[in-house]
Amino acid sequence: MAKIETTFLDFTYLDLLAEGETAVHRLDPRAKVLATAVFIVVVVSFGRYAVAPLVPFFLFPAVVVARGNLPAGFLARKLLFVLPFVLLVGILNPLFDRETALTLGPLAISGGWVSFFSIVLRSILTVGSALVLIATTGFTGICLALERLGVPQPFVVQLLFLYRYIFVLTEEAVRTVRARELRSCGRRGKGVGAFAPLVGTLLLRTWDRAERIHLAMLCRGFRGEFHVRRAYRFGTAETLFTLGWVGVFILFRLVNVSAILGGWITEMLQ
Amino acid sequence: MHMADALLSPAVGGAMWGAAAGAIAYCSRKVRSDLDNRRVPLMGVLGAFVFAAQMINFSIPGTGSSGHLGGGLLLTILLGPHAAFLVIASVLVVQALFFADGGLLALGCNIFNLGFFPAFVAYPLIYRRLVVGRSGGGREVAVTIAAAVAGLLLGALGVVLETVGSGVSALPLSTFVLMMLPIHLAIGVVEGVVTAAVVSFVRKARPEIVESVRETRPLAPFPMRPVLALFFVAALLVGGLLSRFASGNPDGLEWSIARVTGKGELTAPTGGLHGAVSSLQGKLALFPDYRFKQPPAGPKPGDARSGEAERGSGTSVAGMVGGVLTLLTALLIGFVLKRRNTSG
Amino acid sequence: MSHHIVEVKELRHTYPDGTAALNGVSFRIRHGEAVAVIGANGAGKSTLLLHLNGYLAPTSGEVRIGDFPLTRETLPEVRRTVGMVFQDPDDQLFMPTVFDDVAFGPLNLGLPPEEVESRVLDSLARVGAEHLTEKPPYRLSGGEKKRVAIATVLAMSPDILVMDEPTTGLDPFARRRLIGLLKEFRHTRIFTSHDLDMVLELCERVIVLREGVVVADGPAREIFRNEELLAACRLEKPLSMQGCPVCGNVTRQPEDIIRNRKGAVDE
Repeated sequence: MAKIETTFLDFTYLDLLAEGETAVHRLDPRAKVLATAVFIVVVVSFGRYAVAPLVPFFLFPAVVVARGNLPAGFLARKLLFVLPFVLLVGILNPLFDRETALTLGPLAISGGWVSFFSIVLRSILTVGSALVLIATTGFTGICLALERLGVPQPFVVQLLFLYRYIFVLTEEAVRTVRARELRSCGRRGKGVGAFAPLVGTLLLRTWDRAERIHLAMLCRGFRGEFHVRRAYRFGTAETLFTLGWVGVFILFRLVNVSAILGGWITEMLQ
Repeated sequence: MHMADALLSPAVGGAMWGAAAGAIAYCSRKVRSDLDNRRVPLMGVLGAFVFAAQMINFSIPGTGSSGHLGGGLLLTILLGPHAAFLVIASVLVVQALFFADGGLLALGCNIFNLGFFPAFVAYPLIYRRLVVGRSGGGREVAVTIAAAVAGLLLGALGVVLETVGSGVSALPLSTFVLMMLPIHLAIGVVEGVVTAAVVSFVRKARPEIVESVRETRPLAPFPMRPVLALFFVAALLVGGLLSRFASGNPDGLEWSIARVTGKGELTAPTGGLHGAVSSLQGKLALFPDYRFKQPPAGPKPGDARSGEAERGSGTSVAGMVGGVLTLLTALLIGFVLKRRNTSG
Repeated sequence: MSHHIVEVKELRHTYPDGTAALNGVSFRIRHGEAVAVIGANGAGKSTLLLHLNGYLAPTSGEVRIGDFPLTRETLPEVRRTVGMVFQDPDDQLFMPTVFDDVAFGPLNLGLPPEEVESRVLDSLARVGAEHLTEKPPYRLSGGEKKRVAIATVLAMSPDILVMDEPTTGLDPFARRRLIGLLKEFRHTRIFTSHDLDMVLELCERVIVLREGVVVADGPAREIFRNEELLAACRLEKPLSMQGCPVCGNVTRQPEDIIRNRKGAVDE
């Protein structure tokens, strides 16, 4: 229960972050959506045993977090919540893949462990970049970018409605759950028998609300078409941002920066 | 269960994105041509409802654990397959962005696994065929459970195939299937029971809600074929295109680029999609281009290391050091930028 | 200005489940009047309001807005003329930002962008919400939501304002501010409310509904003095017309209050 409320607080917090006033926030959402998409594809395009070549990619989220003035600690904490499923599947890699893949002095590390670390890195990078995207762009921004990029309008409108009413309906759900909590002793009262009318009632209220919203739309001349006024501009800053980062990603994909750096260091030490 | 970016190869992820995008486009057109614009707010608000409903959990008798509603089948029963598919997809978009469930690349997979199967397979083939006109009672409950189970099992199978097809996880297909199916069988039964209970509650209170969908349903045989065809064409196209550039073979992109630039590697990997163990030695180690592959003469990106370092453990230590250092540099750059940001 | 008239003749409405919500309601509201429709829960107030913008079609009887009877053909024009403010502003504010929401109506009217923009800014300024332009609706307080909801309607430049329970859920300060705002409007105004003190302050005329029938229609002060009628309709005197709870005296006559306030407005 308490956990649910914190999850939701995180949600509203992320939404608040998107109202920041930094240069990154001001960029046209399309630039950020495109750069993030390329980032994710490049990151997952590495082979299963890639660990070191993935590391330079932290530059992108790190820079955006910094320029966007985002709270790194909060984002890191959010990332921790995501790892379980990936770990669950990834942790089996060491069991199935025992072939030694590299030796660190006396230590032999199996391919399974290497690929496991690779999976962890990938998920931190991909999920992290998605969080950074939402925290600098906001859901509405992303939706409008999607529409500009060709996503059908009914779907986009639907996303916007969903987002608008998440705040209203989850509050209703939290109230309902609280009321049930206060009148149920331990696990009693939380069975399916009570759950169905509870959720059913919420559903009926939602349905009525949808009808009232529809009425409100009709009252203001809605005839099936949606018009959203947004003056977005894909200017020099956006072009630079998108092309610049895409260039960096491709460079990191082709050149193993970690290895080069490591080579220099070990050379110097010897 | 959500598919995750980290377990996906771009080819599989991209193919599923193509499939999901095709289905969204198709369903959007369908919904738009449906003249009833009352549904515009209804769909979005029901999407929000799914989130709200998922915050309410219930205890599962005899297990000591608790569950919550998934909602895919319920949405389909209330809205019909096309609208429901769009709603499920949008719920997944929000989950991917805010709750980091899965990730953006895996979104296509998740939309397919959790949206397509309940809306376009379980609902028309099981629920609608067996329940319509004979609603109420034990039969409806049984059919709802069957539909929910079918939807979830197919979805789980989707996760398995996508993971194995991507070849990032080393899990063998059979083990993974054995791991996933029983869990999803159980989840499906619970989902079915709960869905049936909610539907019957709604029907008692406001019969017109459940009936209205039935009336608006197309009378013609269900248009499975266009949807399926669209899915496959889109998947093939995108998958095919992507695998040209980044074949499922993990090293594909590097390899093809090397070929283009004329700097082929001695052991150009040609192994199968996930012939993990056998080709392991020939493929990438922790640090590709680093230990096993002898670079051809001439400068190559990975060439900066010294001769000594090439022998023994030097290389991997170098890689390790380099990795840590790069990470630190990346974070440091971020930190410095941040300081400048806040001070300036 | 005859098109600001609202006329309802022998209006009856029976819901599909057989509930008869309105059983022959008739009244005529003239241009610029402020009228409250009051009555107990379930008396038919909301059903009545839903007829005024054509969301519900009468089972029998007629609704005339201005010179037109309400029909399918006149519906779009009627919906523009009659601005409806809902009880729950969350139902009314569905767009991503306040600006988008207020612009929704004007954009649907097909107005050019500059006109839309100026209408949006004007209406927000009239309700004192200019500073909220870029905020998402879920981030507003109750009072702010209400005022923005009114702005969304004003942007359509309606001739008639219909408001369902405008003051519910507002804190005293927000309520006071809203009443002040509503007093300034020169539109024909129709309210439903259980907030009888607000009714007394804003409306010269009150229509009392009971079980789908008009049981009284007249000046607010007269109706609120008829205790028998009020009790029969599950209503009570506005607090400002009741005696002081401490000394038991009515300190000022309600007529004086109204006269004074009217004077203040006219100045």
